[in-house]
Amino acid sequence: MTSHAKAGYDRAVQDFTDAFRLAFGLVISLDADLVEIVSLSLRVSLIAVFIACLIGLPLGARLAVARFRGRGAVLVVVNALMGLPPVVVGLLVYLHLSRSGPLGSFGLLYTPTAMIIAQTILIAPIITALSRQIIEDLHEEYAEQFRSLGLTRSETTRALLRDGRRALVTVALAGFGRAIAEVGAVIIVGGNIDHLTRVMTTAIALETSKGDLPLALALGLILLVLALAVNALAMTLRRPDA
Amino acid sequence: MSAGVTTHGLAFDAGGNRRVGPLDLDLPATGITVLMGPNGAGKSLLLRLLHGLITPTAGQIKISTDRQAMVFQKPVMLRRSVAENLIFVLKRRHPRAEVEGRCRNILREIDLEARAGQPARALSGGEQQRLALARALATEPELLFLDEPTASLDPASTLAIEATVMRAAAEGTKVVLVTHDTGQARRVAGDVVFLHKGMVCEHSLAADFFDSPVSEQARAYLDGRIVL
Ligand SMILES: Nc1ncnc2c1ncn2[C@@H]1O[C@H](COP(=O)(O)OP(=O)(O)OP(=O)(O)O)[C@@H](O)[C@H]1O
Ligand SMILES: [Mg+2]
Repeated sequence: MTSHAKAGYDRAVQDFTDAFRLAFGLVISLDADLVEIVSLSLRVSLIAVFIACLIGLPLGARLAVARFRGRGAVLVVVNALMGLPPVVVGLLVYLHLSRSGPLGSFGLLYTPTAMIIAQTILIAPIITALSRQIIEDLHEEYAEQFRSLGLTRSETTRALLRDGRRALVTVALAGFGRAIAEVGAVIIVGGNIDHLTRVMTTAIALETSKGDLPLALALGLILLVLALAVNALAMTLRRPDA
Repeated sequence: MSAGVTTHGLAFDAGGNRRVGPLDLDLPATGITVLMGPNGAGKSLLLRLLHGLITPTAGQIKISTDRQAMVFQKPVMLRRSVAENLIFVLKRRHPRAEVEGRCRNILREIDLEARAGQPARALSGGEQQRLALARALATEPELLFLDEPTASLDPASTLAIEATVMRAAAEGTKVVLVTHDTGQARRVAGDVVFLHKGMVCEHSLAADFFDSPVSEQARAYLDGRIVL
């Protein structure tokens, strides 16, 4: 390495180390901006997961238990929706919520509500498809016994949701993991507005492009820890239900 | 209170093959009917047909009661505790306040009190069968189908199960029981249906069946020869 290149390299390491030190400082001092961004992220994604579960769990259970014409087609659609690109969801929600769109009069564009809607649409298919699989496996095991006992369909569904609950929590965690790490949809419908719709992922994208590494790094660290925690929780829950 | 079982031309096909039937059965309305026959004869299939779990390809089944229960050859344990497996059926029949007491009594009878809180699927095979029978009886059936309920039980537990089944029968529950255990069949059977390749070879009173089986297949089975 030439001395010139060496100096450049040292400077980069120095910058990076400084950025890390500042980032840790932000986390430890519970910097106001940082806390605001993290709590908005959590709020938006948790609400989105909650709504997606309200839609996806009953739907998944019903798809698992019911046999009707066109069920196969519905399953194909749900599975395809699992792979929806976030930016496309963002675009579609944008078109609906924008002032000239069908829901424009509600004035939801660039609000946390718009972000919740986008994330819900993104993860509801995931929750539906994964819970369908889990409940269908369990139903295979229980079906004859339940029919022997003369259970109604709603009693069957309720019992399946209850006995599969542990595995279903991991489904919700998977949905949360996808929601909180997603950037494409929320940046389109939220607009990354400071103090209003700025969440972790959009802030990281912006701060990095501005060169403000400490805040980006601090948020990145928190996101990383969150992702690890969610995964660890899912792992411990993945033990089969008793 | 009791339930006779009759069938006319009952048959079930799968994959283009006749699995069971045509069967014309007329089971007595009380007591214990034992269903015997070699592996694959169609015993489990016949129980499922009679219990209404699968739809026959042809023929009719006449059963005078809807109050039926079945214990499967592989007992189905809910992914819940031992006690909750009982509570699940008890609370469908009894007022909330009685459920816990009834559950405790049953657990004491089947000697699983100490395991009440453990996952039912952690029980041994024999313990699961005990629990599955108790759960079936907790629905107070008038007609009870038992598919090899003592297949993995030790001798003492086998006798305990037999006593339970005979008491239920004495109290008016019609029982149809599948077993490969000739000793057990002798101990509990009122009448015996011998099934071979989906057909009834013989239906006679237990005493007659064991003293002088008519069909060559039943004689071979009882002698422990391979029946073809
Ligand atoms: N639901 C079903 N659909 C189609 N075929 C079946 C079904 N259940 C069983 N069979 C077939 O019917 C035949 C009889 O099976 P069954 O389980 O009734 O035998 P079994 O007399 O109970 O034997 P074992 O003594 O081994 O329990 C087998 O060839 C089996 O593959
Ligand atoms: Mg069988």
